[in-house]
Amino acid sequence: MQLITCPWCGDREEIEFHYGGQAHIAYPEDPYALDDEQWAQYVFFRDNPKGPFAERWVHSAGCRRWFNAVRDTVTHEVLAVYQAGAERPAITSTAKGQEASR
Amino acid sequence: MNTPFRAPGHGRVDRDTALSFTFDGTAYTGHPGDTLASALLANSVHHVADGIKYGRPRGILAAGAEEPNALVQIEAPFPEPMLTATTLELYDGLVARGLSGQGKLAAEPDTARYDTMHAHCDLLVVGAGPAGLAAALAAARTGARVVLVDELPEPGGSLLGSQELIDGAPALTWVDEVLTELADNPDVQVLSRTTAFGHYDDGLVLALEKRTDHLGAAAPAHVSRQRIWRIRSRQIVYATGAYERPVAFDNNDRPGIMLAGSARTYLNRFGVLPGSRAVVFTTNDSAYPAALELADAGVRIAAVVDVREEVPEHWRTACAERGIGIRAGHVVTGTSGIEHVTRAHVAPFDQGNLGERQGVDCDLLLVSGGWNPAVALFSQARGTLRYDAGIGAFVPADGPGNVRTAGAAGGTFTLSGCLTDGVDAARQALSAIGRTGPETAPPATAPLPGGAPTRVLWRVPSPQDADDSPEGAVQFVDLQRDATVSDVLRATGAGLRSVEHVKRYTTIGTAHDQGRTSGVMTSGIVAEALGVDVADLGTTRFRPPAVPVSFAALAGRNRGELFDPVRVTAIHPWHVEHGALFENVGQWKRPWYYPRAGETMEEAVLRECRAARTGVAMMDGSTLGKINVQGPDSGVLLDRLYTNLMSTLKVGRVRYGVMCGADGMAIDDGTVIRVAEQEFLLTTTTGNAAKVLEWMEEWLQTEWPDLRVHLTSVTEHWVTIPLVGPRSRDVLALVAPDLDVDNDAFPFMSWQDTSVAGVAARVCRISFSGELAYEINVPAWYGITVWEALCAAGSGFGLTTYGTETMHVLRAEKAYPIIGQDTDGTVTPQDLGMSWVVSKKKPDFVGKRSFSRAENRREDRKQLVGLLPADERVLLPEGAQIIATSDIPEPPVPMLGHVTSSYRSDALRRTFALALVRSGTRRIGETLYVPLDGRAVPVTVTDPVLFDKEGARRDG
Amino acid sequence: MTVETPARFSPLAEWQDRLAQSPAGFQVRELPCLTQLTLRVQPGGAAAKAVESCLGVTLPGPLRAELSGDVEVLWMGPDEWLLVAPDGRQDDLLARLRSAIGDEFATVTDVSAQRTTLALSGDLVRTVLAQGCAIDLDPRVTPAGSCLTTLLAQAPVTLVVHDGAASGVRLLVRSSFASYLAAWLVDACTEYR
Repeated sequence: MQLITCPWCGDREEIEFHYGGQAHIAYPEDPYALDDEQWAQYVFFRDNPKGPFAERWVHSAGCRRWFNAVRDTVTHEVLAVYQAGAERPAITSTAKGQEASR
Repeated sequence: MNTPFRAPGHGRVDRDTALSFTFDGTAYTGHPGDTLASALLANSVHHVADGIKYGRPRGILAAGAEEPNALVQIEAPFPEPMLTATTLELYDGLVARGLSGQGKLAAEPDTARYDTMHAHCDLLVVGAGPAGLAAALAAARTGARVVLVDELPEPGGSLLGSQELIDGAPALTWVDEVLTELADNPDVQVLSRTTAFGHYDDGLVLALEKRTDHLGAAAPAHVSRQRIWRIRSRQIVYATGAYERPVAFDNNDRPGIMLAGSARTYLNRFGVLPGSRAVVFTTNDSAYPAALELADAGVRIAAVVDVREEVPEHWRTACAERGIGIRAGHVVTGTSGIEHVTRAHVAPFDQGNLGERQGVDCDLLLVSGGWNPAVALFSQARGTLRYDAGIGAFVPADGPGNVRTAGAAGGTFTLSGCLTDGVDAARQALSAIGRTGPETAPPATAPLPGGAPTRVLWRVPSPQDADDSPEGAVQFVDLQRDATVSDVLRATGAGLRSVEHVKRYTTIGTAHDQGRTSGVMTSGIVAEALGVDVADLGTTRFRPPAVPVSFAALAGRNRGELFDPVRVTAIHPWHVEHGALFENVGQWKRPWYYPRAGETMEEAVLRECRAARTGVAMMDGSTLGKINVQGPDSGVLLDRLYTNLMSTLKVGRVRYGVMCGADGMAIDDGTVIRVAEQEFLLTTTTGNAAKVLEWMEEWLQTEWPDLRVHLTSVTEHWVTIPLVGPRSRDVLALVAPDLDVDNDAFPFMSWQDTSVAGVAARVCRISFSGELAYEINVPAWYGITVWEALCAAGSGFGLTTYGTETMHVLRAEKAYPIIGQDTDGTVTPQDLGMSWVVSKKKPDFVGKRSFSRAENRREDRKQLVGLLPADERVLLPEGAQIIATSDIPEPPVPMLGHVTSSYRSDALRRTFALALVRSGTRRIGETLYVPLDGRAVPVTVTDPVLFDKEGARRDG
Repeated sequence: MTVETPARFSPLAEWQDRLAQSPAGFQVRELPCLTQLTLRVQPGGAAAKAVESCLGVTLPGPLRAELSGDVEVLWMGPDEWLLVAPDGRQDDLLARLRSAIGDEFATVTDVSAQRTTLALSGDLVRTVLAQGCAIDLDPRVTPAGSCLTTLLAQAPVTLVVHDGAASGVRLLVRSSFASYLAAWLVDACTEYR
């Protein structure tokens, strides 16, 4: 059971959190200025990087706050957490690039 | 009491107490402190199981968790499969039998308790051998919080099975002193009979404590039998020891063949002699103490066969003193004897060539091929391993910062080295978390005479290697899986180059023992076959659980009524008392229907429906999610999240609303009431309450933090009672004397605060059935009081309580969709025939832009329609597919949609269904077909609203 | 028709006897029908100051509870507190707070029946809770005045440590989960009877 650090409540087991997908995807200023393709990009398309990835999480079983976390998708290590609306901290990959063997 | 295979003066078993047990139908006795294996050996029972594939007799190879052979099934006091005799503590009344690899689960429910306990510490030490005890003691003296877990019934580890000295006294005296000091320290917890089996993220280690297994039938029922410890530790020291590995040779699986160190353990810990005449086959020094101690205890050592040419002088001397002959530069090539080993075949071994064989009679063949550090947990922690050619084993290389090994687990095999290592590991661990304290010096041990290095030998060439006959002798690698050297060679011959692939091809290492005695040997044999270095080949990855753990233990107390939280409303006791049957809706228990004596479900539901449509009925709707929305921008937020306009709602009025995702698909629906200028109260579907609140908060907190709105869940603050039917007004009037229930004074889609049965209540005029209906909300503490008052007031009107099934029928007759039943995340409000709920005025709301996507404007989208089976008695199954033709074509069958809801209607006097059908709206009037039990049932597509289409009933 | 006070039932009314039979070292009882209000306000602002002056306490920071006053203030989130007061105070408190807040932006919601409260005490409290709480309840880590919203077994709870030995603990639990939690606690005590 991984620990995730809620910016407000500190380390809690991951079962207390819900995942909210990629962070920093702003609602388009004017959806009607976008064509279907551009709108679909906003609605359906997300990055899927190997390495650090900024994600939205919510501390559902705790303070109910949404926040952002940079998680390494290779190691699952949470490299940083920060409040919603804050800028993504500069983080370079710490992933060793090792493939999990099956 | 004495038996010929108990060595006088040895062992820690209580010989004054006899324990009776039965194995394979024969009664025996043993003593407290015995394992089943030691008790069997003491009774000279060696054949304990048969190989799973070839059915060959198998004995006891080891003395601990590494045992590959001696699997048993407990028959009494409670059936339990797949336990190793070597770890099963003996108790009075045990009935067990040997297993050939496949056990049988108990048919009756296990009534024992199992539970879970969380623990937190600065340092977790796994293993209470010399290294672990030294580490725990050193850490405890700094004031750190320490947990020490050990799998054996008493701490001491390898010291329990040896005759070594610490500080000039028997090592166990030192162990006792350490334990006394640890016991006096409130920040130290020592857990015996506790096996760490999994290393997880962020310092979480799971361990299984067998708390009362060893008590058998005498185990107290109120104490959990097994406990899963969830230990969250800042630092971890794995002092898990090492497992001796065998060497492969012909017929190396016979009963009477045993690891040398295990024989030493049987002698010193259990006072058991595993044989009377032994041959010792070794590649290293560690077998000599076993040979000498067994000789001193009365076992005749027929020969020590040492593959090495050079044997250290002190071993030669000690053997000579006891008349033990050493055959240096020799190997055991095979054995004779089927039920039990009777002879070891010994031959000179020079440069890989076997010399002439000679038989040496024996009833015990001890083998030592060297020692494999127990690195499973370290490896699970993503510690990397490195091959140490000196010992022929994989040892820890780099570990994460919070994990280290100590003692034999790290490849240190001397007692003094283990003690020093333990102290060092503790110091490093504590320093990593910034904790310092008094230094602890490791205790003194006698200086060791110089030894000779291990000769790495995986297998002895078979004298029959040239002989291709399938009847030839077999060299086993994994005794539990009956996997042989030939199997490994077949795998490499088939082109497999990775030990992971060889593992899966041969099943080596996949049994209960996780290949403790076979894994490294496999790497060695594969490397030899491929002509590569073992160091480059590596070993297989270790995964939890390191030892078998029963599902009962993992489930712990989460079974029966505690399996999953059962959420109930404040009125729940009344429902139980009045015979309701319940339906699970998420975690809620909701009354499903209230059968009267002798009534079937169908009869009860038709009766409840009739009451709601012709008289008056009520249900417990308290599970609906309720969210209080407050603040000056509440209307703005709701306008952005609902498809329709909420900000224009007047105080005192109610509006139905639908929420969509950004993709335009309906995700929830409910009513919104405007409580005050800056306050709304909205309802969500029962199952979506938490999700909708989270969704609303996500928009509010991440997208529109400037909006001055607060959202608060009030789901359980209110009890909600829909009172439904043409006579509902009459009933309400009786309990709410201050309320003007006249239609003009209290119109549809409005609400009023009033007193109901003397309780301050909020009454809404909304309807989920199409009938005249009220929804009465009171603080939950008053739920039963108000419910009973309504029952009393309604008695003269035949007031009937109804459950979720009737609610579903009533709403389906009116085509009110259930989000999540009639929708599946791909359905827009327009698909539901609810374009009216989508605002044309609002410039934007979540989902709006998606409505104009080409995909969402297609004519042939699936739309909600009604279905009337041609035979009005046929009840279509929900989920049934819909096709266009009366004959069912060959697959793939083109399907037009599926049935989402299907019921028997009292009002319609027939069955009906709702369905999502491609171009459904355009197909109204058409006949389609539903394949059912091999025939195609004709159905007529209709408008989804099947009852009171003009809405004439809502005002009563 | 005589006017009677309508009867009230707390979520654990039916559990009173079973809870009373807890073993030595673990006492548990329901504190039924306490007044509970959710306060939402940005800390440090004018509205927060108005609330603090109205309540006579400072709004506690993360993971803390202010237990000194007549109205206990539990931290629930960065702009959210739960005010807990004796039975029957909701109308008065709501009115006072709303009047103190005035035109500032802060909201108060009556949630008295949303949760019920269990008072635990005794030497076994930490041991019993450790069966289902993943948070370290050692008094050095979780001292008096700690207020943790987390999971206990499978139920969401707010756990408030009332005294230094960590043996006096209040559990606030959603009403619908209360009987599950009571059953869990009673079962957790089995071993200590």
